[in-house]
Amino acid sequence: MANFDTELDASGLNCPLPILRAKKSLAGMESGQTLHIIATDPGSVKDFEAFAKQTGNSLMESKEDGGKFYFLIKKA
Amino acid sequence: MSDEKKLAIIATKGTLDWAYPPFILASTAAALGYEVQIFFTFYGLQLLKKKLNLKVSPLGNPGMPMPMGMDKWFPVLGTALPGMEAVMTAMMKNKMKSKGVASVEELRGLCDEAEVKMIACQMTVDLFDMPTSEFIDGLEFGGAATFFEFAGEADITLYI
Repeated sequence: MANFDTELDASGLNCPLPILRAKKSLAGMESGQTLHIIATDPGSVKDFEAFAKQTGNSLMESKEDGGKFYFLIKKA
Repeated sequence: MSDEKKLAIIATKGTLDWAYPPFILASTAAALGYEVQIFFTFYGLQLLKKKLNLKVSPLGNPGMPMPMGMDKWFPVLGTALPGMEAVMTAMMKNKMKSKGVASVEELRGLCDEAEVKMIACQMTVDLFDMPTSEFIDGLEFGGAATFFEFAGEADITLYI
């Protein structure tokens, strides 16, 4: 796993909470910093792609491992 | 901020299930950078009460998944039995909680935090003699023209 500045565990949360919590975490971060998100909502895979596209933050990594989803977002 | 995308929503329904679409879409749009306004009219005003008492009804709702095959051994009339509404509401709330779906209160709070503007339809408030003290703070009261002022410039407008 790559290094990151902040981590958000959104396990057990369903749409739209993982996105809203990620947005909140990013708001408290500096440009260029990275946020690592753990989620269990399968819908979050498409949603974080769409979130990154629309907000200009980059989705550096998206992967699944053992029923959990991991994302790495770099703040624009 | 005229380059910001805008979402306008009209919320007309006051049941637990229908409380979700306006608040989910509004809070998500706000997170994506949209400026959002929701105009609450008729039964939608129930979603603005400080103390929410929203219910879900299986009556007249053949699309509602019923637990334990109840839709098979309860004919349509069964859904009209006294207490069914309370039972189904309790079941729905438990199910949502167990699946990690946010409560309506939580989503509404997130909308408020994200500066989603909420407007209550003045005409409906007067029509039903709804005491304004029962509503959450920070509301604006207005009419159809107030809605169009924002909706006229919105990129997306939804009627829910």
